[in-house]
Amino acid sequence: MIDNIKILLRQGKQYIPDVTHAKVPGIFRGRPVISKETIDENALVELCPTEAITGSPVCIDLGRCAFCGECAFAFPDKIKFTTDYKISTNERERLITKDGEDKTIELNPDIIRTEISKYFSGSIKLRQVSAGGDNSCELELNACGNVNFDMGRYGIEFVASPRHSDGIVITGPITENMAVPLQICYDAIPEPKIIILAGTDAISGGIFDGSPALNRNFLTMHKIDLFVPGNPVHPLTFITGILELIRKR
Amino acid sequence: MIKHIRIKNNSTVSLWDIPLLNYEDLLEQSISLLQDESCHCVNYFGYPHRDQLILICCIANDREHLITISSSVINFNSVLPSFTHHHLAFHLFEREIHENFGIKYSDHPWLKPVRYPFSRADKNSRIENYPFYAIESEEVHEVGVGPIHAGIIEPGHFRFICDGEQILHLEIQLGYQHRGTEQLFLKKNNLLQRTHFAESIAGDTVAGHTTAFVNLWESLCNYDAEDHLQFSRTLALELERIAIHTGDLSALCTDIAYQLGSAVFGRLRTPVINYFQRWCGNRLGKGLIRAGKNNYPFTKQLGDPLKRLFDEYERDFIEMYDEFKTLPSVLARLEKTGTVTKEQAASIGTVGMAAKMSGIPRDIRVSHPHDWYERMNHEPVIKHYGDVYSRTQIRKEEILQSIEIIRNMIKSIPPENKKRKELSFPAPDLFGISLVEGWRGEICHCAITGENGNLVHYKVKDPSFHNWLALALAVRNNEISDFPVCNKSFNLSYCGHDL
Ligand code: SF4
Repeated sequence: MIDNIKILLRQGKQYIPDVTHAKVPGIFRGRPVISKETIDENALVELCPTEAITGSPVCIDLGRCAFCGECAFAFPDKIKFTTDYKISTNERERLITKDGEDKTIELNPDIIRTEISKYFSGSIKLRQVSAGGDNSCELELNACGNVNFDMGRYGIEFVASPRHSDGIVITGPITENMAVPLQICYDAIPEPKIIILAGTDAISGGIFDGSPALNRNFLTMHKIDLFVPGNPVHPLTFITGILELIRKR
Repeated sequence: MIKHIRIKNNSTVSLWDIPLLNYEDLLEQSISLLQDESCHCVNYFGYPHRDQLILICCIANDREHLITISSSVINFNSVLPSFTHHHLAFHLFEREIHENFGIKYSDHPWLKPVRYPFSRADKNSRIENYPFYAIESEEVHEVGVGPIHAGIIEPGHFRFICDGEQILHLEIQLGYQHRGTEQLFLKKNNLLQRTHFAESIAGDTVAGHTTAFVNLWESLCNYDAEDHLQFSRTLALELERIAIHTGDLSALCTDIAYQLGSAVFGRLRTPVINYFQRWCGNRLGKGLIRAGKNNYPFTKQLGDPLKRLFDEYERDFIEMYDEFKTLPSVLARLEKTGTVTKEQAASIGTVGMAAKMSGIPRDIRVSHPHDWYERMNHEPVIKHYGDVYSRTQIRKEEILQSIEIIRNMIKSIPPENKKRKELSFPAPDLFGISLVEGWRGEICHCAITGENGNLVHYKVKDPSFHNWLALALAVRNNEISDFPVCNKSFNLSYCGHDL
């Protein structure tokens, strides 16, 4: 007992007090900023492994970007990654950053379904389904609940059964072999329910886009309520995104 | 009659120099090599060429630090006697050859699907109709779990046959995570894309798989990575081991409802993965390891905070572990739970922790050292009971060992070579192999280049490929309620297996 108390005292408080204004350590690659600098656009577009960059004007689609940073190494005056981790949004187009723009990524309040704020603003329970995820986003989603990020304090929790959940969080590019289980799980969630895509693989297929082993039909049939970019998603990106989505309006 | 060529880890051989045996001779030779305890099969796969299938068998001799390569050519409509009939360690390799190419075996005891790849030979074989083993009896019942599990974890299906609370048999069905990774290595032919595939094979083993890939790629290009690159890769591998092992200890505590351990080990992982972010901008090390270059050179400015991090980590870790290991309620759940004997582990060819837990000293860092390991006298951590507690102890001891390894390494950091030579292209008609000891165990990547030096075959083997069967054996005769802790104690990869 005494030993336990000693350990507790030594560990002290570990949680991040305010997840919306945290400072991520090190050289985190969050929201990129693209300058107006003239460069060899073709070379830049060619270089990107996931076809996230398009030319004239230069844009980066964070729904495709694998956050490898190679573009910023090759064209340091053109592209810089900031440590801004608040890059979740509910509108696919808002994930596209254009050159010359340096504005934060926000949710579009007009397209948030009214039920979301009504039912989920106090608490939301989520069911996670990995559909070809490489276990990096899964690790980070688990980390959301640890003593550092402590998502539970906001009433956001992952639950075991779809019957107890208010929505589904999908990771991975959605494999053919997971297409049916994913649909079954979604169907088992009571209405109203939301869908969150966590990570580049889920949002666009990422590096696996075009693989014959995928089946992404599920996404064409349903409205997506939140896109959380990242490779993997950062816990702070995920938590702040959900807080914005379910905020009382 | 020995006909084979022996090469070292991370070296290549001309395709034409790999001895071609007739199938029966390949079988006999491979089985007889495995009579030697220090030999095990690190890869055995088929490569379609013209209208035939070339089988390539790679058997590593851990004592002599060499890998034996031999091959045979067969027709697609062949019905062959199986290697598995003589040695179980081949069972999954042959199932894979059967699934991918339709090769039939006359005496394989368990010729079931492996992962239902999109390119499988039999398109009628479907993941929802997996042929589970069943026992006809009024006394037993079946329990099905998955593919989607209770926690945030990858999918796979576990089918238990139980007598009351006791597990008689567990069959693990995988394939849900299949993304076509090996085929994509060939389809996308730019190096950065391929590096991304390597990083995504298993996102919890970024350093492991990416090191295997870049080492293999550099050997195909006949490129010698300078000290600085070798140093960084090794450091990343050891850091990854510390991070994941720490997280696993936390998860083990969660599964036995020991809240304090779960919280403290969980929080101890955070500074380690945050350190990765500090070094390369990504908490899991994505973006760090690249063939022929390093975007994030390791400097003294990075070394000093790492030293301080470990001083604090180690103090808190030992304090927590010492408390954890004295609690009878903890030990009661871990000791003698989920046991695999040395005979079982050897017969199915387990690797990494799943070998070391049962007294098998299999560790690439000693047997086929690469990068900075060539300069170390690494001693693998070996346990003998093969139970959950052995796997727990290995994690703890490996964490402390890896900290020592890193502390020693950062005493003298090799400077970056700013004028390093450019990476060229792979040479034509080569076979290359790379082995890496990831935190789970042995990773093996093999590649074959065609006449223009283009990649024509890429083969990935995650340690989980061997070790899933060890989990199935471990839970036999255990209470079904002990399954979660057994599963966590192995912590195998679904996507690494399904590819
Ligand atoms: S950081 Fe994103 S946009 Fe830049 S090269 Fe990598 S994937 Fe492409």
